[in-house]
Amino acid sequence: MNRILIAAASLGALALAAAPAHAERIKFDFWYGNTGAIAEVVQKHCDLFNQSQDKYEAVCTGQGGYDKAEQNTIAAYRAKQQPTIVQIYDAGTVNFMLSDAIIPAVQFAKDHGMNVAWDSYFGGIKNYYATSKGEMWSFPYNSSTAMFYWNKDVWAKIGKTEAPKTWSEYAADLKAMKAAGVSCGLALDYDTWTALEQFSASNDLPIATMNNGYDGLGAELLFNKTAYVDHMKDYKSWLDSGYAELHTEQTGKDIDQAFADGTCASIFESIADFRNFKKTATGFNWGVAMLPLLDGKERKNTLVGGASLWVMKGKTDQEYEAATAFLNYATAADTGQKYIVENTGYIPVRADGLDLLNKEGFYQKPENAGRELAIASLTASNGTPVTRGIRLGNYTSIRKALKSELEAAFAGQKDVQVAIDDAVTTGNEILRRYEQTFQGAQLP
Amino acid sequence: MLRHAAFTNIWLAAALVVPQLLLVFIFFYWPTGEALYWAFTLEQPFGGSNQWVGWLNFATVFKDPKYWNSVQVSIIFAAATTAIIISVSLSLALLVDRRLPGHQIYSFAYFIPYAMAAPAAGLAFRFIFSPNAGFVAAINNWFPNIWNPATDGFDAMVLVVLCQAWKSIGYNFVFFLAALQSIPRPLTEASAMDGAGAMRRMWDIQVPLVMPTLFFLLIINLTDSFVDSFGIIDITTHGGPARATDLMVYKIYFDGFKAQDYSLAAAESIVLMLLVIVLTFIQFRFVERRVHYA
Repeated sequence: MNRILIAAASLGALALAAAPAHAERIKFDFWYGNTGAIAEVVQKHCDLFNQSQDKYEAVCTGQGGYDKAEQNTIAAYRAKQQPTIVQIYDAGTVNFMLSDAIIPAVQFAKDHGMNVAWDSYFGGIKNYYATSKGEMWSFPYNSSTAMFYWNKDVWAKIGKTEAPKTWSEYAADLKAMKAAGVSCGLALDYDTWTALEQFSASNDLPIATMNNGYDGLGAELLFNKTAYVDHMKDYKSWLDSGYAELHTEQTGKDIDQAFADGTCASIFESIADFRNFKKTATGFNWGVAMLPLLDGKERKNTLVGGASLWVMKGKTDQEYEAATAFLNYATAADTGQKYIVENTGYIPVRADGLDLLNKEGFYQKPENAGRELAIASLTASNGTPVTRGIRLGNYTSIRKALKSELEAAFAGQKDVQVAIDDAVTTGNEILRRYEQTFQGAQLP
Repeated sequence: MLRHAAFTNIWLAAALVVPQLLLVFIFFYWPTGEALYWAFTLEQPFGGSNQWVGWLNFATVFKDPKYWNSVQVSIIFAAATTAIIISVSLSLALLVDRRLPGHQIYSFAYFIPYAMAAPAAGLAFRFIFSPNAGFVAAINNWFPNIWNPATDGFDAMVLVVLCQAWKSIGYNFVFFLAALQSIPRPLTEASAMDGAGAMRRMWDIQVPLVMPTLFFLLIINLTDSFVDSFGIIDITTHGGPARATDLMVYKIYFDGFKAQDYSLAAAESIVLMLLVIVLTFIQFRFVERRVHYA
């Protein structure tokens, strides 16, 4: 009798042990590139998703940087160990489009019954991650754009209460501030994202032929023949006249630190850093504004920064089912966009996200004042042929080449025009090499 | 009778050797072979099709003036670090070898930097030598703008050379000290009794007798500064300003990992490997002749 009881009990125990196994969640891998405080936000987003339902489990792993996320995904794909979803930054878009290793977002949504209102993505965001035909190949996740951060207390010294609207007005402000005894009006580094890309987009200037590369891999760089050259000459003269200072990791503090501690009165930086500045730049009044424009220009949309989510090929149907649930969750107005916007400096990526935030009065709150300008900047126009984005191969190397030349120009070793010409020559060699590597491939 | 030891059981011998050979194969010959193959093809980041392009990658490397700049910068870096490392560590070893009171503390202190990882050392140097905020910033107060590794290529080179040298001196010091301590005491004592002063003894007795060690360290340091300087560059200068510290090994890292141009990075790696082999060969062929092994 006892034996039967024990046997029954152990059978029961077995059944109990087996029960959770039966309901085991479907796991899938999600890799992200964010670091620091934003990485915690992303990790928490995964936890919230896992708590919100009991069928799927997102296994989220930070890769320690956007570039590392791309490198690691490539290495993993070659070893057939790729994640199901990966977060990739703007500069990686071309590689992923040509990789044949991903499932385009439009295709994935169609195959898995996702109901995505593609047209409700803001133009500046949509175009960047879309093919030349306008089909989106990835899901925007954390989107930003460049803004002008200005120290209102310093501007008050020259009797102004508004941020400069044009570059010439800005130059006059810098001069007036110098005369008023301000030691540094602008903190500069050699970053090309704000100085070349956002500057060119807002003024509707091309960076490369073939509509910045959207029309094919044969594009050639053009920025040595646009107003960008004069813009860099202005930077150089501002540095020489003591209006601006160079601040990089190597000089001791980067531009963010130089602005936050009051050393320099303004910077050009991503809206993503807005919340950081709320914590670090507490010793003075500051605000954000849209980038100044060249005289007589009509404002066009700036380009999106940040990253988007790509779905990798070669995973099981179950993993894709789980990924679908996650993508729905992470892009929805309330569980996705609102969560990201409230916890970082990023902006909503679709109209439904913005509507929800507006309804809740998010942008009316004093601590968020100015953040809506980032959306206004991104949607200033619907995307001219050269403000859709930049689709150039190995753009990381082109940025580096330009940065190296600017270092020489700002240090006075080279004329600004010569330096930018040299950067374009090097950049075109890089583009031709990329074109040859992807011989026969067509940009979608 | 055989004059040397020999294995009668060839299979046992093979079994003992195989693990070692396997390690060398997996971690050296295989990757090198792969790199050699990539160097002659155009490899797409995600794999897929890759096409045979013959010498194209090498031609791209050699006709690029920025690559020759890299070679030049690397040679300057290697020569400067090696000269500093050898002279400073040998001097320190000679002084410690005199066994004055407290010499154990010195030997310990000199060795510590070697135990520090390159990025950590780089970070420390970046802070100490930063022109605005660092410890060395004081010099800019006396002579404005005399020191700025962020904009001045020469200063940046000085910074990375000092950092690499500081890190390696301890390691070299241990070798020199060991070599000095293996010199029979009667030799130095006899010369002391003959009236040779400390400097004379160092120069005529001790230094010639540690020549084999010096030669070994010369090769190790040169090789190290060519292939093992990546961590310092990546933390301190990123190869800048204006490519003034763009060492060959850092360029390989950037082209391969940041830019995902695997083929170009592979070709650059092969060139670097050949350069190090040639340099080592030259040293064995010409410098070693002057070295007398005891």
